[in-house]
Amino acid sequence: MKMPLGWAKEFAKIDCTPHEYAERMTMSGSKVETYESEADSIENVVVGKILSLVPHPDSDHMVVCQVDVGAQEPVQIVTGAGNLKEGDLVPAALHKSLLPGGKEIRKGKLRGVESCGMLCSLGELGLTVHDFPNAIEDGIMVLDPAEPEGKFPTGTPIEKALGLDDVTVEFEITPNRPDCLSVRGLARETAATFGVPFEDVEPQVKPGHGDVNDFLKVEIENTDLCLRYAGAVVENVRVKPSPRWMRERLRQCGVRPINNLVDITNYVMLEYGQPMHCFDYRYVNGGHIIVRNAKSGEQIETLDGVQRTLSEEMLVIADEKGPIAVAGVMGGEYSGVYDSTTTIVFESAMFDGPSVRTTAKKLGMRTEASGRYEKGLDPNGCLRCLQRALELVQLLDAGDVVNGIVDVCAKERPERVIPLRPEAVNRLLGTQLDGEAMADILKPLGFTMRGQDVVVPSFRWDMERDCDIAEEVARFVGYNKMPSTILKGVACARPTERQTFRETMLDALTGYGLYEIESFSFYSRKAFDAIHLPEHSRLREAVVISNPLGEDTSIMRTTALPSVMENIARNYHARAAECAVFEDATVYLPQGGPDVLPDEREQVVIAAYGERYHYLALKGILEQWLSCAGVKEVRFERNSDGGAYHPGRCADIYAGDEKLGVIGEIHPVVLENYDVKPRVVAAEIDMEVLFAHRGGTAVFQPLPKHPAITRDLALVAAMDVPAAEIASRIEAGVGKILESLTLFDVYTGEHIEQGKKSLAYNLVLRAADRTLTDEEAENAVRKVLKNLAEIDVVLRS
Amino acid sequence: MKQALEQIQKSADELIAAAQSVAQVEELRVRFLGKKGELTAILKQMGKLSPEERPVVGALANEVREAITQDITARTKELQEAQLQQRLLEETMDVTLPGERPVQGKRHPFEKVLRELKEIFLGMGFDVVSGPEVELDHYNFEMLNMPKSHPARDTQDTFYITENVLLRTQTSPMQIRTMEKTKPPIRIICPGRVYRSDAVDATHSPIFHQIEGLVVDENVTFSDLKGTLEMFIKKLYGEGTRVRFRPHHFPYTEPSAEMDMSCFKCGGKGCSLCKGEGWIEILGCGMVHPKVLENCGIDPEKYSGFAFGVGLERIVMMRYGIDDMRLLYENDLRFLKQF
Repeated sequence: MKMPLGWAKEFAKIDCTPHEYAERMTMSGSKVETYESEADSIENVVVGKILSLVPHPDSDHMVVCQVDVGAQEPVQIVTGAGNLKEGDLVPAALHKSLLPGGKEIRKGKLRGVESCGMLCSLGELGLTVHDFPNAIEDGIMVLDPAEPEGKFPTGTPIEKALGLDDVTVEFEITPNRPDCLSVRGLARETAATFGVPFEDVEPQVKPGHGDVNDFLKVEIENTDLCLRYAGAVVENVRVKPSPRWMRERLRQCGVRPINNLVDITNYVMLEYGQPMHCFDYRYVNGGHIIVRNAKSGEQIETLDGVQRTLSEEMLVIADEKGPIAVAGVMGGEYSGVYDSTTTIVFESAMFDGPSVRTTAKKLGMRTEASGRYEKGLDPNGCLRCLQRALELVQLLDAGDVVNGIVDVCAKERPERVIPLRPEAVNRLLGTQLDGEAMADILKPLGFTMRGQDVVVPSFRWDMERDCDIAEEVARFVGYNKMPSTILKGVACARPTERQTFRETMLDALTGYGLYEIESFSFYSRKAFDAIHLPEHSRLREAVVISNPLGEDTSIMRTTALPSVMENIARNYHARAAECAVFEDATVYLPQGGPDVLPDEREQVVIAAYGERYHYLALKGILEQWLSCAGVKEVRFERNSDGGAYHPGRCADIYAGDEKLGVIGEIHPVVLENYDVKPRVVAAEIDMEVLFAHRGGTAVFQPLPKHPAITRDLALVAAMDVPAAEIASRIEAGVGKILESLTLFDVYTGEHIEQGKKSLAYNLVLRAADRTLTDEEAENAVRKVLKNLAEIDVVLRS
Repeated sequence: MKQALEQIQKSADELIAAAQSVAQVEELRVRFLGKKGELTAILKQMGKLSPEERPVVGALANEVREAITQDITARTKELQEAQLQQRLLEETMDVTLPGERPVQGKRHPFEKVLRELKEIFLGMGFDVVSGPEVELDHYNFEMLNMPKSHPARDTQDTFYITENVLLRTQTSPMQIRTMEKTKPPIRIICPGRVYRSDAVDATHSPIFHQIEGLVVDENVTFSDLKGTLEMFIKKLYGEGTRVRFRPHHFPYTEPSAEMDMSCFKCGGKGCSLCKGEGWIEILGCGMVHPKVLENCGIDPEKYSGFAFGVGLERIVMMRYGIDDMRLLYENDLRFLKQF
């Protein structure tokens, strides 16, 4: 909400700098976003009077003017405009002056003739004909001697003459305070903030002629959606530009001046916050206004020239023939004011906020009016606005007011009373104020006291109970003057085991050289194809956003592999020689019907490329990581149907019988989809399952007292016998006394039969309670070899 | 014999002194003192001596053995020392060559700063909770005093899944979920992702992080809110940081406030970071609206509480001087390595 400070000062006489004003208003709850004066962008431009003009000796279209700029000597200025004559008052930008947009003017020569400045057009002053309807657009602005700006002596700063020197303050108004979407509302806050009286004046309408009831009949069919409809009639309207002061204020508020009647409706809206509308009486058929629901499929062409189809839940203002306005949103094509208009109807009505909001949204047209209505305005204020409009009609001599107002009021706001409970307010604030102090704060804001009750003014419908009173009290005591205290009572907080587990595990990953990344939780369906997700995969069923920013961000991810691959690709394309990253990602797995919330699971996805990152390197990282988590019975089982993964280099990871995740090298075709050249290894781990399999508190094992026996076994096995199978048979064969088993060499090549491989293991055997004998060791080895013979694994000869 | 002993000692002295390695010395020890050594050989002839000569020669032989042993020990030590010196000299290296570093990754800057925040609040007795990002309209809006068609909904452009399911626009629904499950006293923070349909640019992202806080107990006041958040900011930015509270509006708190902190860059004098204001907006807060308490079955006549919401991105960006929010989600390694 932009507010001309000069306008507010009509209601609250304050005297302070704009900076102080902004500061104090912000701290009392009306947040000032910014303030500015147009004068700030104009410097050294003054009212000048053309004393003489002669043609330029060297140019057909330029003239050389002697201009009285209020100095002792006139200055010579050359101009190209042809609209000037002796005696004209013009804006003269002097040597070293500044115009809006940062343009600087200095003296110089034009075709050999000295020019000590520039005469300005409307545009050069940042203005338009809407601001100064009597000025011309394509020439030098000539000040109208009949208008106030033409009455200033030469040499007066132009911003002062044109009335551009008022400060415009822009407020951020929160949705609970629609009353502050008005100059009057903000002026009330201003008065309360600065402790000056709020000078409110009732509009005075002089008696007119006739009787409005002879012109206008109003009917409200839907009293839930239209709480009040009031109308007045003005005859013999004299459509012309509104006066300078009104245009200037509208302009400051960011509203384009149109003509006196339309300007009056906007002026009243800005002053009171109540949207008003103005109909040409010719187009109110039968002088009969009916506020009703639209008929399904009913059409209206709105003021913006768009044909719109209405639906039944929308409220319209209709005459006997059809809709002439969408209630609270926008008028119909014929509802404006034209040069040929002779009689108009002013509307000041109250519509249901949510209904206006829905209609505006559905029609895709949020207007100034709808934005106000939807916040819930005060139906009790309608009549006064109408009176103010009529008062302005008389003041501007814009027409002849017909006596009376047609007012159909379905629902006035009843009186609202909140018992003042100082103890409840103090309990909430931590203050010790008495009721009287609180009442003193409330009264300037428009509240009245009746005994111990606070009577709420109808424009403050946001006020309901103690806490609302507390806020009013707090903001005028000053939030920063209130005490600051420490919470009472002892509270013992610590992270849950799950939270600590997460931190420990993710920190551990960084210890292996991996960087943590954070990526968006949504992506495109195309991501599934990019990672070769099988057609039938359940992961293709995703939570779909109904109003996404775009297709690329339209579904919630069910796997974070595409997110991490995107990142690998980004770093690869940024020429990172190697890259190892992980994301602790939430994935969203639909379950049940559309209104059932998805299962949000935490998934760690790791991916890496670069010289040191190959399948076994990542497997080693995972083995280490899982052992850090204390997971027992970890198994890696070949998965040759890995989708995103290389069919020969992919394994499922199990903890006992439960699947923890998957590890593998990314399929070359998937790499191609991401335009990544080097091999990439990746793994996905379900954090919930991992947590479920975490190890408990360690139990101390005494250090060994007896010596160990070591044995090396060089074995030969067929190529397709998994090392994991051999290891588990060795473990089974040795039993309890196996302290450690290390595979220290794998060999294939010329010394080994084709299709076979050699594996060399180191076994450390030890018993906790005795020194092992060689015989025991030999027995163990024999058993191992017997176990291995079953799968044709033999000692290397 | 006496002469022979003296001869042994003499030649041993010379040879030991001339020995150039520990091994040579060891050889000499065997040669003179070993079982088959020269001294032993002489002692074996002791039987031939008269009883009078025996003690004399015996004593002399022991003297010689002792002397040779000492020589050997001393020489060995000397040679070892020399050897060690030689080795150390040979092993001298350029100690300024680059070290062989182990690999080390890093946590994301979000997590680093979030960890600090959690630590501060844990220290003040706040438990950390989390909740769903795909949320019911009921929790995200309705229970928070924002029924359908409430104008305040417009300030949070929402991604909808269905009419009733949405991506949470704030972490505030966790206030409701917590109060439904837990009876006061309650002290929690809830960090998490939130979603609003803003296009990506240097200061906007459709996904960002909030940290919600909630305290509910008997006699919790606006003054407690002030004290708690003031302490939080001082712990995060230093004791010298000043804060101020400005009135604001949120549908689920009343009174509501926004908190500014004195600009940590200029100390409040006004600079480009704080746009000349000297203050930086840091969070929104307020006393839990009694309707919200009632919605959760908590009696507002008995209990009161406060809630706050902090944007993590802003704090992270200010902490590290990051000027473009997109960097946080692009995860360029050259970026991640800096923190």
